Formats: sequence, C-alpha cells, structure tokens
Amino acid sequence: MQRQAAPEASRDIVFRARDVSKMYQMGEVEVHALRSVSLDLYAGELLVILGASGSGKSTFLNILGGLDLPTTGSVRYRDRDLSQADEDDLTLYRRENVGFVFQFYNLIPSLTAAENVALVTDISSDPMAANEALELVGLLDRVDHFPAQLSGGEQQRVAIARAVAKRPDVLLCDEPTGALDLETGRLVLRVIDKVNREIGTTTALITHNAAIAALGDRVIRLSSGEISSEHTNEERASIEEIRW
Amino acid sequence: MNTLSRKLVREILEYRGQLFSIAAVVAVGIMTVLTMRGTYESLLLSMEEYYRDARFPQVWSQLERAPESLRRRIERLSGVAVVETRVSFAASLDVEGVEQPALGQFVSIPERGRPRLSELHLETGRYVAPGRRDEVIISQNFAIANAFVPGDTLRAIINGRERELEIVGTAISPEYSYAVPPGALYPDDERFGIVWMSRDALGPAYDMDGAFNEVLLTVAPGALEDHVIKQLDRLLDPYGGLGAYGREDQVSHQILQGELDQNRTMGTAIPAVFLLVAAFLLHLVLGRLIATQRTEIAVLKAFGYTDAEVGRHYLGFALAAVAAGSIVGIGAGIGLGRSMVRLYGDYFDFPTLRYEIGWDLVLIAAGVSLAAAGLGALGAVRRAIRLPPAEAMRPEPPASFKPGAFERLGLGSLLPASGRMILRNVERTPLRSVFSSVGVAFAVAILVIGLFMFDGVDYMMDLQFRVAQREDLALTFNHPLSRSVEHDLTHLKGVTRVEPYRIVPVRLRAGHRERENAILGIEAGTRLRRIVTAGGGTHPLPPEGLLLSAMLAEQLSVGRGDSLQVEVLEGERRTARVAVAGIVEDFMGLAVYMDLDALHALARGERSYTGAWLRVDEPSRAALNRRLKELPAVASVASPAQMLASFEERLAEGLFIGLFFILGFSGVIAIAVIYNGARIALSERGRELASLRVLGFTRREVAVLLLGEQAVTTLIGIPLGMALGYLLAVAVSAGLQTETYRIPLIVSTRTYLAAATVTLLAGVVSGGIVRRRLNRLDLIAVLKTRE
Repeated sequence: MQRQAAPEASRDIVFRARDVSKMYQMGEVEVHALRSVSLDLYAGELLVILGASGSGKSTFLNILGGLDLPTTGSVRYRDRDLSQADEDDLTLYRRENVGFVFQFYNLIPSLTAAENVALVTDISSDPMAANEALELVGLLDRVDHFPAQLSGGEQQRVAIARAVAKRPDVLLCDEPTGALDLETGRLVLRVIDKVNREIGTTTALITHNAAIAALGDRVIRLSSGEISSEHTNEERASIEEIRW
Repeated sequence: MNTLSRKLVREILEYRGQLFSIAAVVAVGIMTVLTMRGTYESLLLSMEEYYRDARFPQVWSQLERAPESLRRRIERLSGVAVVETRVSFAASLDVEGVEQPALGQFVSIPERGRPRLSELHLETGRYVAPGRRDEVIISQNFAIANAFVPGDTLRAIINGRERELEIVGTAISPEYSYAVPPGALYPDDERFGIVWMSRDALGPAYDMDGAFNEVLLTVAPGALEDHVIKQLDRLLDPYGGLGAYGREDQVSHQILQGELDQNRTMGTAIPAVFLLVAAFLLHLVLGRLIATQRTEIAVLKAFGYTDAEVGRHYLGFALAAVAAGSIVGIGAGIGLGRSMVRLYGDYFDFPTLRYEIGWDLVLIAAGVSLAAAGLGALGAVRRAIRLPPAEAMRPEPPASFKPGAFERLGLGSLLPASGRMILRNVERTPLRSVFSSVGVAFAVAILVIGLFMFDGVDYMMDLQFRVAQREDLALTFNHPLSRSVEHDLTHLKGVTRVEPYRIVPVRLRAGHRERENAILGIEAGTRLRRIVTAGGGTHPLPPEGLLLSAMLAEQLSVGRGDSLQVEVLEGERRTARVAVAGIVEDFMGLAVYMDLDALHALARGERSYTGAWLRVDEPSRAALNRRLKELPAVASVASPAQMLASFEERLAEGLFIGLFFILGFSGVIAIAVIYNGARIALSERGRELASLRVLGFTRREVAVLLLGEQAVTTLIGIPLGMALGYLLAVAVSAGLQTETYRIPLIVSTRTYLAAATVTLLAGVVSGGIVRRRLNRLDLIAVLKTRE
C-alpha cells in the first residue's frame, strides 16, 4: 500500500509551527532548546524527526503534544492556537487528540497491561476496547501481565496500544525504539507503521537513529535547536530493509 | 472501579507500612477526642440529669441554730425559689474491723415525705419508716467500703451518747458525689460516710428540735445568686450564719467540675498534637510518593488527565490513611470512653452514668482529622499538580549539595566521610529535618507532660504528708474544749506529744471582695504541723496578724502589710481589722494561719481548742485508737499516714491507666515519625546505598549512613521535646489550677530520662524495621532503576 504525496498547498495541515523558540532552566544551567523552528505537519503523514541528543527534538515534540509551551513563536493545531492555550485547554487537547509513546514506556507499574490501556480509555469519548488495542499490537495473550512481567519490547507495545486506544488524531513517539534491540525495535516500528497506514493517524516519530528515517513520508533533521535539513522520501521503506 | 482507583488501591497496599503508621496517629487522635471529650460530654450530661432529678440546691448555708419558723422568712427573700432546712452534724462511728474511728456526716431527712431539695437516690434497701427513730440510710460508697448491707447495725456517738442504728438502705446524693471528710482533699470511703437520719430523731439528739443548722435553696429563674446570698447572710447573721455559698464552693460539685474541665482541656489539646503530627507525616509521605511518581504524573497528564483528577488521586492516599485511622479511632474511642466512664462511675456516684456520644462529635473528630490530613497532603499534591508534564518527564536535576553550617564552621574535618554524608543529608533538606525533629519532640513532650502530672502529685503529697503534717493522728473535737484537754490527752497511754489547735470560722473582707474561710490557730513552737511553701521550705508563723495562702491573697487582692476586715462567725461575732503579716506561697487550699494567742485575742471568749495533733508511740497505737473511739468529745481521728496510703492506692490505679496511654501515644508518634523518615530516606537513597554496597560497604556501614540521619534528627528532637514538654507543663499547671490546689511545676529528672529513653527505644524499633528492608536491598535491581 502506497500513497502519493499530494502537492503541499492542497494538503490538509494538522500542525503549523512558526518561529518556535524554547528556553528553559535545567538545574543551574539555561538551555536554549529550540531556535526559531517553522514546520507544517500534514494529515496522515509519518514525519521522522532526526537529531542527536540535546538537539531539541523532544522539546519540539512536547510542544506539539501540548506538554510544553514555546517561549516565543506560535504553534497551531488545526484551529487551535496551542501557544496561547492555558493549562485547561492543553489538558483537553491532549485528552481528545494526542497519543504519546515514550522512550522508556512509562507504564504505571501497579497496573496490568490492560489496565494501563484502560487508564486512557477511561477518559476518552470514543475509545477502542483495551483488548482490541492490545490485539492491534499483538499482545492479546499478555493483557493481565504487570509491566515488571513484560519484556522491553512488550512494554513498548503496551505503551503504543495505550496511545492508540483512544483513536487519537496524532501519535507522538519519542525515541520509541531507543531502549530496544534491532529485532524488538522492528516489532515496535511495525506497529507504529501499521497504525499510521491503517488508521491514518498523523504520526511524528523522534529518533537519533538515521536508519529509521527511511520509514517516514518526510524527514527533518534538528541540530542545536534548528532545522538543518528537510527531505521527502519518494517511497517509504519497508521495516525489513531497516538495520542498525 | 476505574483504572485510576485501581492504581490507588494497589499503591495503598504497597505503601501500607507508612500509611498504617499515619493511620495509627490519626486513630490515636480521634480516640483521644472520643474518649476524653466524649467522657466529658457524658459526665456533663449525667451530671445535669442527676442534678435536675435530685433537685440539687444552688445555695447552701450553715449556721449555729435557727428556729424552723425562720424558713418562711427565707422563702420570702426575693429570688428564692425552694427552701429546705435540715440538721447536720459530724459524729464518730464505730466500724468493726476499722481500727480508727470513722466519721459520719449525719444529715436529717424528713420522716414523712421526701426532702424538697437534695433528693436521695436509693441504691439498696428502703427509705426510713415513720416513727422508727433508729433507722438510717448510709452513703453507698461507705457501705461498699465497709461491706454494710441493709439490716446491719452501726454504732455512733451522737452528741456524746452511744447509739445503735439500723441501716435500712444505701443511697447516693449529688451533694456527696465526691464525699470528702472535713479537712481532707479526697474521699476516704472506708472512714468517712454520709448518714441520713430522720429529722425527728436527729434534731432532738442535738437539741435541734424545731430548729435547723443548715439551709439549702434554689434560686428563682432570672434571679441573681449573689443577691440571694447577700440577703441570706444578712438574715442568718443573728443565728450564727457561717456564710452562704453557691455551687462553685460546694466541695463535691467543685471537684466534679474540676474533673470535667480537665477532661475538656485534655480532650482538645492532646488530639490537636496528634492531628498536627498526622498532617506533618502525610505531608512527608505524600511528598515523597509524589517525588517518586514524577514520571507517572507526567504520563497521566500527557494523556489528558486533569489537575483535579491527578490531585484527587493523590489525596486518595491521605483519605485512605484518615479513613482507616477514623474507623479504628472511633471504635477504640467509644470502647475506651465506655471504660473511662465506668471508671469515673466508681469515683462519682451518678444514678445513671453511661457513655453517650453525639454523632456530631464523631463527625467533628473525623472531619478535623480529614482536614488536618488534607492540609498536610495539600502541599505535596499541589506540587504534583503544578509540575509541568514536560518537566516531569525529564529526570530530576541532581540534588545540589554544599557544605552546611557545621562544615563551614570548620568542624567538618572532625567527622569521618560517613559522618559528613549524614550531616549533609540533614542539612540538605532542612525543613524536613526540622519537621522530623519537631515530630520526635512532640512524642517526648507528651511523655514529659504525662509523667509531670505524677511528679507534681508526688511532690505535693510528699510535702503535705512528710513535711507539713508530721502528726501521727489529728483529732477534731465535737465542740471547743478548754485548755485541760491537752493535759487529758497527754495522759492517754501511747500519746507522746499533744499540740492543740483552734479553727475559727470567719468572713474575710477586702474592699468589695469577701470570702468565708476559717483561721487555723497554731501555738508558737508547734512541731507537728508546719507551714510549708511550694518550694519545700517552712514559713515561720508571725506572732501577730494573718498569714495567708498566696492563692487566697490573690483572690482578695491583698499583699503583705495590707489589712483585712475579719468577721468572726462564732461567739460574740465581732469584727476587727487584722493586718496581713505574711503570704505563704503554697499550692493547696486557701489557708489562713494565725498565732494561737493572737487568734484567741481576736475571737475573744474563753481560750478553747477545736482539735489536737498527736505524736503516738507506735506499739500502743491500736489500743489508743480503741480508746479514742470511746471518747465522746472526739469527733474524728485522722491519720496522715493512712490518708497518704489510701491516696497512693488511688493514684496507683490511675498511674497504670495513665502510663499505658502516655506510653502508647508517644510511642505511636515517635515510631511514625522516625519510621517514615527512614523509609523515605531509603526510597530516596536506595540507589546511592546500593552503589556503596557494590563498592564493598558492609550492610552495617550502609545502615549507619541511612539511619544516622534519623539518629541526628531524633537526638535533636529529644532536648527540643524536653523544652516543649516543660512549656506545656507550665501551661497545664496554670490551666489545671483550681481554687483548692494547683499542680506544682516540678518536672523531675526521672521524667526527662524516661521520656528520652522511651523515645530512643521507639527510634531503635523503627530503625530495626527499616534495617530489615535495607538488608534485603536488591543491588542489581536498584542499580538498574532509571533516574
């Protein structure tokens, strides 16, 4: 299954970021995480954001996800101005529209796989059943396991199930394979790829691993908080072609 | 149950140890409220019910003798509602098996019908029958102490004549809920009882036919008691009135009220300390919980959980601790309240005394606990809510350490590396360290304050019975006797020294302030009775003028060198101005002393004595007691040694209960504070400690590092608690001061040592529990935990 990249003007823009800068205090150090980043994200596309550690890619993702606000600049999600939103608006935005996948899974250790998914479906308006989401990631036989009883790959797949169970408009993945080996990583990427293709969820995936770039419709590279390059793949590579 | 609740339940189970210790503190707080405050309310309710049902009088006055016809005139006084007159005398009782003569307060009751005021409540037997002049009803406690039952006989020396009386019933009366023999401080049920006898029998026996020597009345609604008292005093003055007084000066009521006030104070102050500690602990534990759940909070927020939902989730921990504590506290509080009220039942005879507790009190107790816990949790929860999710996702920046004050003073090099680590940890979280020390200090303070009460009473009793009252026996006479009595008593076998004294009832006036009182006249050179100051020294008796107890001087607002108008309430009833020659700082009663010669001069009339103190040759004591029982002139014989023994017996009962409470209470607080502190330190520093273990530190060395911090805060908390305890003792000593006594502000070294020891023990126990966890530390797993 393959889609043609439509001409940009006619494509449905989900996110529109303009001159986004971010500075924050980390302990006693001031970090300039983003410097004037401008970028659009289109409906249904899989965007890969490449960058080394400290390049500002997580900060950018957090701003898109409504976890953080830019210091200057604007970010719009469809009709909503995220950069001007207050805490309640952002909460509602995340609740209704965003699914997160984190590098370290961040499952709640005291809840089983199914319950970790239910944690999110409890507060969504039109979720999948927890088991349906776990089936999607191939973990139907692990529903009653606690995180401590699951491997890293399994935990990450639960995290993906948790993220997609609410049928989000956008899926934001922060180094989803960063803590995994090649085989397990592939398994996880296959799930993300599947969700993107089959459900059509707009997906942004952060990685420091250049090999993964071939999976995306589009690839941008961040370094020192700035976009250093942007590239559109003619064709998305299949998971099997990827190695690291 | 939604998923978040499921998370809550699982994590409550995980943190059960810590939450349990908080729940214990909450439980104790609620328990004290329900026990002490509940006891107070139950007693108050029972008292009011009893007073109403028994028609408890509002004003009393004793007098020498007045014709019954005077009653009409009393009834016509404005503001007077109901009047009852009666005849009342003290007389020796010969109780078999009791060596010393017992004293009976004989009180007349109408032969037909019932008293208009001060109704008896019969416990056993029946009321006296008309025409049966030898029938009596005795007070229930006296009956129990001497195993009297209706049908038994009692020998009494009534106005010098021995009479055999038949006990037909036992009863209680609100006037004698607390039956204190004259001159004593607490009941002595074996040797003092109330004997109710037909007025037609008692009156003639004391030459009081158609007359009375005691009047009781109630005040009409809206009338002023003081106004009634003034009129009554004026009316009774020609009849030898000894001064009317209201309920606040009625011995039994006064003591009962004192006990109730004490319950009310304690029922408020002690729970407050517990709730404060619970709030602090919740703050500590939840704060730590939230710190360890930093990323989980971020995840919840990332997926769109609102601040309110996250806040409620973490408040759930506080709620769980409070709910568990409340259930246990309410159950235990009601149970303990019941036994407490039963215990009081032995002390105060109320016809109905049951533990009754309003649900409003239960709700208030639980509500206040919840509020305190909520307050404690709020700070921590607010931190959880305020944490921006993006920041929460990032690891916490490494804790910043710097050399603390101790090291800046250049003392750091005196400590080994482990000592410096402990110290820096204490100094890094100063607020928490201060809180922990304050928590420990609370535990110590509760111990100090609890034990201090015993110190005070101990000291007071020691002073009273070993320094002030040095006589072997104290006699009071039925009527004043002449000088020859000293000679007569000296010749009794076994008596080695006789020192007579005289008590003269007076009314003291200073400006608009006045008080009925009695002057104790002591001969110069008296050795068996000394005037003792609160400090333990003796105060010399001035040859002229009055020596006043400091509390009385304060009430009358006079000082040394001022003068008082003294109205003698006997004989010629003359009034004279007498100088205040000295003030004695004592702590019991409202005594007025005077040199015996000066008193004789003041009272005019013949030199007479109302009693005597005896020094007795121990081997002849039993024979002497028997002889004294037979002497018609002797109204009562008291032995300070016996009084002390019976007091100590009473104290021992209270001591056990008191100690149990105090040790339990402070133990709960100390363990909760120290255990939680150590558990939190362990969860925070598990990684660091595991690293040290991997580097080759022994379990012991690592335990020293972890528990050292708790040891430092505990050791700081102990002296702090001693100081706090002393301050509380000052407050309690002032708060519990009544007209008749105050608790001397003495805190013994023993008390301080006991408080420190108990707290240290609690610390060792807590440390031991945490150390077991420390020994099970999984080195690999801890090292793998992501920061």
